[in-house]
Amino acid sequence: MRSGLPFETTGICRIVDDPGARSVDAMNELSASSRITYRAVMVRPGVARRIRGLSDRTLAWLFITPTIVLLLAINIFPLLWTIYLSFTNYRANRANVPTIWLGADWYQSILTDPDIWAAMQVTAHFVIWTVVIETVIGFGLAFLIDKKFRGHGMWTTIILLPMMLSPAVVGNFWTFLYQPQIGLFNYVVAFFTGRDASSFQMLGDVRLSPWAIVIVDAWMWTPYVMLICLAGLRSIPDYIYEAAEVDRASKWRQFWSITLPMALPFIMLAVLFRGIENFKMFDMVNLLTGGGPGSTTEVASITLKRAAFESWRTGYSSAFAIILFVTVFGLANIYVKALNKVKSR
Amino acid sequence: MSLDANPSIARRSLADRVLRRGPLEAVATMIIAAGVVMLMQPFSLALYSWSFATTLFGTVMFTIVSKVRE
Repeated sequence: MRSGLPFETTGICRIVDDPGARSVDAMNELSASSRITYRAVMVRPGVARRIRGLSDRTLAWLFITPTIVLLLAINIFPLLWTIYLSFTNYRANRANVPTIWLGADWYQSILTDPDIWAAMQVTAHFVIWTVVIETVIGFGLAFLIDKKFRGHGMWTTIILLPMMLSPAVVGNFWTFLYQPQIGLFNYVVAFFTGRDASSFQMLGDVRLSPWAIVIVDAWMWTPYVMLICLAGLRSIPDYIYEAAEVDRASKWRQFWSITLPMALPFIMLAVLFRGIENFKMFDMVNLLTGGGPGSTTEVASITLKRAAFESWRTGYSSAFAIILFVTVFGLANIYVKALNKVKSR
Repeated sequence: MSLDANPSIARRSLADRVLRRGPLEAVATMIIAAGVVMLMQPFSLALYSWSFATTLFGTVMFTIVSKVRE
């Protein structure tokens, strides 16, 4: 008799499959573990038959349904709810007040508001400078690490340390580093420039605070860009350089004609990823400056937080969140396209 | 005797050449990038006002054309 089970060739199963062996005597002769196996085998054909009755497609749906339900509950539903709220006057602190449909009023208000426009420019300053600094230094470090000098593994680990820290931790300890009285940063700058260490405040000065957050982000995320660039440099086959050596191409020419073009998709990937991440940046800036002094470091996400949880303008902040979401989603499309290009190499 | 040296290669129309995923995705990408630049530029409030519509159009276009045949 065929049981149709995957372990039907074992001795136990042969006993089970034999109708004569299913007697009480035969059961007593079996050891404890064999009895457990026996019961399992006795139960499983029924389950197997039920499962066998389902198509592969049904089984697949059975397995992915919990994930889809979870995804709908924690991702899709809040998104749709936010889109709905962005067209209403809903306020989370006055949930009992009847909700009025406002159409695209909040969108019109946000897209003509000079304060929000200013916040977008602060965000642009932060995004552009962090991406430029991180890309230039990150690629330079990757280029050096790729030379495989003595102890390059140890240096790679040391360089990667900042990106392994939490942004909350980084924000907190850079706040101490930037302290004008006791902070190490001011002393280092004073040592190199000859200025008095307590004569400037990185986080309290309207001219310096936008650069303070740029420095911290560059310190933290340059290693990440380096890692991606290093992957790009390591993917360039050696025979291309050997062919260039045979053609007597200079190192400078090799860099511009081989290294940079072949690492460019990876650099693009790093630029897009850091651009998207910094466009959404909240935690580190909130801990360092909280958007101040005044609104000089008030990036878009901090403006959004203030509108949502300080002014309690839920409908308005929902509309702003959707504007930011569409921008990030659009950039993510470009990112995925660049990623596919890298994968196809 | 046919004058065509390679008759197996069919001539493709302009629409066939343009309405492919690659060029359309490139156009959508350019529109998204333009929308993002318009959102964060410091020169014109009018450009800022139209940035969301531009980005939204580019994103929807990208989503649609990514389903077009290669």
